Amino acid sequence: MTRLSALRARTPGDIAFSVVLAIVCAVILFVTIYPLWFVAIASISEPRLVATGQVTFLPQNMSLFGYEQIFADDRIWTGYRNTVVYTVVGTALNMVVTMPAAFALSRREFRPRRVLMLFFAFTMFFSGGLIPQYLLYRDIGLLDNWLVFVLPTALNVYNLIIARAFFENALPEELFEAATLDGVDYFRYFLNIALPLSKAILSVIALYYLVQHWNDFFTGLIFVRDYELQPLQIVLRDILLSNQAFAGGAGGAGGSGGAYGQDFADQIKYGVIIVSTLPVLLLYPFLQKYFEKGVMIGSVKG
Amino acid sequence: MTLLRERTEPGGAATTGRGAPPGPGARLRRHLGRSWQLWVLLLPAIAFTAVFAYVPMYGIQLAFREFDFQAGLTGGEWVGLKYFEVFFSSPMFGTVLRNTLTISIATLVVGFLAPIALALVINQIVNATRKRFMQTATYLPHFISVVVVVGMLQVLLNPSNGTVTRLFSGAGLDLDLLGDPDLFVPVYVISEVWQHCGWNSIIYLAALASVDTQLYEAARIDGAGRLHLIRHVDIPALVPTMIVLFILTMGGVLSTGFEKVWLMQNALNLPVSEVIATYTYRIGILGNQFSLGTAIGLFNTVINFLFLVVTNWLAKKFADTSLW
Repeated sequence: MTRLSALRARTPGDIAFSVVLAIVCAVILFVTIYPLWFVAIASISEPRLVATGQVTFLPQNMSLFGYEQIFADDRIWTGYRNTVVYTVVGTALNMVVTMPAAFALSRREFRPRRVLMLFFAFTMFFSGGLIPQYLLYRDIGLLDNWLVFVLPTALNVYNLIIARAFFENALPEELFEAATLDGVDYFRYFLNIALPLSKAILSVIALYYLVQHWNDFFTGLIFVRDYELQPLQIVLRDILLSNQAFAGGAGGAGGSGGAYGQDFADQIKYGVIIVSTLPVLLLYPFLQKYFEKGVMIGSVKG
Repeated sequence: MTLLRERTEPGGAATTGRGAPPGPGARLRRHLGRSWQLWVLLLPAIAFTAVFAYVPMYGIQLAFREFDFQAGLTGGEWVGLKYFEVFFSSPMFGTVLRNTLTISIATLVVGFLAPIALALVINQIVNATRKRFMQTATYLPHFISVVVVVGMLQVLLNPSNGTVTRLFSGAGLDLDLLGDPDLFVPVYVISEVWQHCGWNSIIYLAALASVDTQLYEAARIDGAGRLHLIRHVDIPALVPTMIVLFILTMGGVLSTGFEKVWLMQNALNLPVSEVIATYTYRIGILGNQFSLGTAIGLFNTVINFLFLVVTNWLAKKFADTSLW
């Protein structure tokens, strides 16, 4: 209230400030949103018009050629299926590993928690590096194995810290004392009392992990050769960046169709961007407030 | 808390504490009797961290040994600093170090300042709905995958028919935004800012939301304009957050994002886009030179760690803020 009124005072200088502010905001918004908007309209416009720069703000001569090609292509759907499986299994494992650990580390009477926190946090800043990691996976049979998408990333220390901060700050200590008086042990306190009161942080952490799995490109690139196991992001790379020929014959840059073929290839690319990002974009408006909450909780004290 | 101790202790252990001080064995038993359930809850996290973070650290010794296919992670014959010498004396050393530093320092400076500026702007929006909308829109790109972002760069900046290229040529500038080595770093940094600036501003917005409103009123009564408020109230309020985040970014000074650089690389820009991370991958995994790859990776990790420690020490000494 008071802050608002302090900002609302109207002197000529303030009015000039408001005008400049509005312009700055409009520019920021345009620069942020327009590339995404352009991709969306380009994916449903006639390819030739996109290529010659006649599509700017609205779709021109609706054409669903790109999407038809995409829906007819098996690779995308294999990738999609793989990614969905890795995301669901991976996130479930993440939660089972992260939440109990975060709860245990939040108990103030648990003396070893400082040392354990150090044990976890150290890995954020120091690592064995790529090669020892690769050799380890080779030795334990994780190369070309779908488990490589879920096991090594089972714990994200940053998420552990956020969840611990939540348990420390959001659950009143009296609650724990009262529960202990009633003879509740740690297991039951965690499962029956702490978790049901922590839906906010559960959704935040789950969403962080979800996005992390959905966008994971590194694992597939480095540790997996078998194309049947590859996630969506690798398939996307091949279509978007390596210009691989597409099922319907609308080839890559060097394709037989020449410039005409390139236009169609580009439309497929626009379509692929939309198809792969759509789940995130659709969920985003509903989930956004949770993401933000996560950052806030995490920033309370790292 | 004390209640818990008495309740959950098994009867036998509870009495050992009285009278004579308990020995280490008794103390351990007491601790486990009280906290074994917490250890069980922690067990999966400890196991995964031990296997997937600490075992590879144990494998760092490979940097000082010949690689032996049979021995695997722990390597073969001890060769000391041989592979570091190979790396330091190779013609690529200077190139990858310079490229890594250029890209990460540019990203660090711009990527550190842009979210602060954005937070200050968003914080000035008085209307709650508009503020909300602005936030929603600017956080969005953060959730798009690197592959898609680089894919968008490829189509929008395409030298023959890209929309952005056309924009520049309309202004009389014929640029090859994807191939020109001089433009690699700007394109990398600007797209980084586009993607993460909004998201990284959240933490600053949180800090701004907790500013004592009396400060604004007092400054207003003294005749401060809104720019003065930003300069003398908002920015000082952000300093502690800025320092902590600065230390954290310094810890990553040599770790440019592997994925994005790798995806943006092409034959034309390779002289400026080969960085330590991509070089490690090329040498170590694609080239099967495991010892050399480990040595390069270790060099990278150690430099990062030193930067983190030194920045933290400086911040503690001069700004009284630190991570530990």
